[in-house]
Amino acid sequence: MNHLIIAPVVLPAMLAPFIIMVIRHHLDLQRVFSVAASVLLLGISFALMGQSLGGEIQTYELGDWPAPFGIVLVLDRLSALMVLLTSVLALPIVLYAIGSGWDKRGRHFHALFHFQLMGVIGAFLTGDAFNLFVFFEVLLIASYGLMTHAGGTRRLRAGVQYVVYNLLGSTLFLFALGTLYAVTGTLNMADLAARVAEMPPEDTALLRVGAVLLLLVFAVKAALLPLHFWLPLSYANAPLPIAALFAIMTKVGAYSILRMYTLVFGPEVAVTQGLVGEWLLPAAMLTLAAGAIGILGSRDIGRLVAFAAVSSMGTLLIAVGLFTPASTTAALYYMVHSTFATALMFLVADMVMERRGPEIKPRTPMPQSGLIASLFFVGAIALAGMPPLSGFMGKLLVLQASWPAPERAAIWAVVLIGSFVTIVGLARAGSLIFWKSHAIAAEPDPSPQDPPEIDTAPEPSPGLTFSAAFALLAGLIALTIFAGPATEFASATAEQLFNPDHYINAVLKGGEK
Amino acid sequence: MELLLATAVGVLTASGIYLIMRKRTFPVILGLSQLTYAVNVFLFATGRLAINQPPILNKYAEVPYTDPLPQALVLTAIVISFGMTAVIVMLALSAYLSSRNDRIDLTEEPGDDA
Repeated sequence: MNHLIIAPVVLPAMLAPFIIMVIRHHLDLQRVFSVAASVLLLGISFALMGQSLGGEIQTYELGDWPAPFGIVLVLDRLSALMVLLTSVLALPIVLYAIGSGWDKRGRHFHALFHFQLMGVIGAFLTGDAFNLFVFFEVLLIASYGLMTHAGGTRRLRAGVQYVVYNLLGSTLFLFALGTLYAVTGTLNMADLAARVAEMPPEDTALLRVGAVLLLLVFAVKAALLPLHFWLPLSYANAPLPIAALFAIMTKVGAYSILRMYTLVFGPEVAVTQGLVGEWLLPAAMLTLAAGAIGILGSRDIGRLVAFAAVSSMGTLLIAVGLFTPASTTAALYYMVHSTFATALMFLVADMVMERRGPEIKPRTPMPQSGLIASLFFVGAIALAGMPPLSGFMGKLLVLQASWPAPERAAIWAVVLIGSFVTIVGLARAGSLIFWKSHAIAAEPDPSPQDPPEIDTAPEPSPGLTFSAAFALLAGLIALTIFAGPATEFASATAEQLFNPDHYINAVLKGGEK
Repeated sequence: MELLLATAVGVLTASGIYLIMRKRTFPVILGLSQLTYAVNVFLFATGRLAINQPPILNKYAEVPYTDPLPQALVLTAIVISFGMTAVIVMLALSAYLSSRNDRIDLTEEPGDDA
């Protein structure tokens, strides 16, 4: 067995308690360990990625229990990609949190951060549905702590809502898993797939209920309309660097949909034929529309980016919901892009918020306004999907993949109009925040009783925050330049996903060895 | 037995959902814990109901047994939901103490506590 597969789960799982128990009072040590672990994680993820490139599906049996009985971790192209994406995202965010001083505004930031990484990576690697639930809970518990990091009345109250919503989601997840277990007698994903494929279609009402319940759970995580209400409020009220990390959390939902509904309830499975795509596609289109309208209507920059995250999830889920290899290729490319773009915009939003407060209206210019404005500009281009950045390529791939589908007129209309509305909304916000502020500065302040009450002191080391933001930007640019190899990899991944037999054989045969 | 169990799950779920629709944190938390009870009982039932049976297969004789896996799942679910309830009680308490208000919805204008 290849022990490297479990390393990205074990590393944060060991580091986080170490941070809490040993170096709880030493912020400097915490920072060193946290960054070092993130770098190490990045190295491990690259190694795993290298191993998965060949297309071989590797399994890791925990405790050496054979496959359908014990828990397995599975490394295929998709999980390797997602793990890599997580660790690439984690490093700039931890640097940003250190540079902006967010990590000392409350306790246990670094420990929670690594618990969160553990949950996310575990969810990407696991091959067992109940284990997926457990990793969901790990990432959620950590996210509750991170979401309310540094406290504040409004954040705490938003946090209560967030926790309630996700507890409901977890309960639903358990109901779904219970239903599936009652019907099939297994929760190992590969075994589930093998048994579901053999089921006679006539007495599987319960199985279909389970499949739809599971879709609902993942839709909550992926912020699919009408289950997206938790997202704008929680993300806008969370510390924004944390919201940047949460950009990967919605992708966990999208990943789970992709995994479960290609492997277990795949397009060829007679029992759930057409069940998922029929619901997912219109909901995804509505999500995109709701996100775009939300961008137009936002009055503070946190909400603006949160709604942009919702609308990019809409685009992503449209591509996922088509369930063809071409659309999955587009979805994977767009997933990487939208994670980086959303995270970048959250970091920029945090820079703006730290310097001049969250409202989208003109104020006196802030320090480093030019640099932040250009970051906002580039991030907005990426997020809205304008050329030349990867958002454009991603949307193009989505549109291209949707061409053979019967719903293509609706999809094209929604994606294109949605992009246009997003551009308008972002342009409005950008010009109000960055340009109108200069207009105000030129003339004397008409309302001296309304000085910017937020303390405009720049963060302890702005250099680090800017390099973190530029690192994310570099990721976007690299994704654009290497779009060819990236889509080739994505299409190889999609091919692997749509041949679930390899996966099933790799997992179940691993048990016979 | 089946009827009793199904009724229990149904009643717990219904009252849990009703309580979650309330506007204050206390009933909502009560509702959440009722929902978790409901799901725990439900998970038990997914291994089929077998009373007074050992959770062990016997290779010498065809004896009835009860499925041990749901019991393990329920154990995990209980631990997690218990921890989650503790977390949300703490969160709700601190939200209440800092805002003097235990409504679950956020109605005031954004930006008053940036």
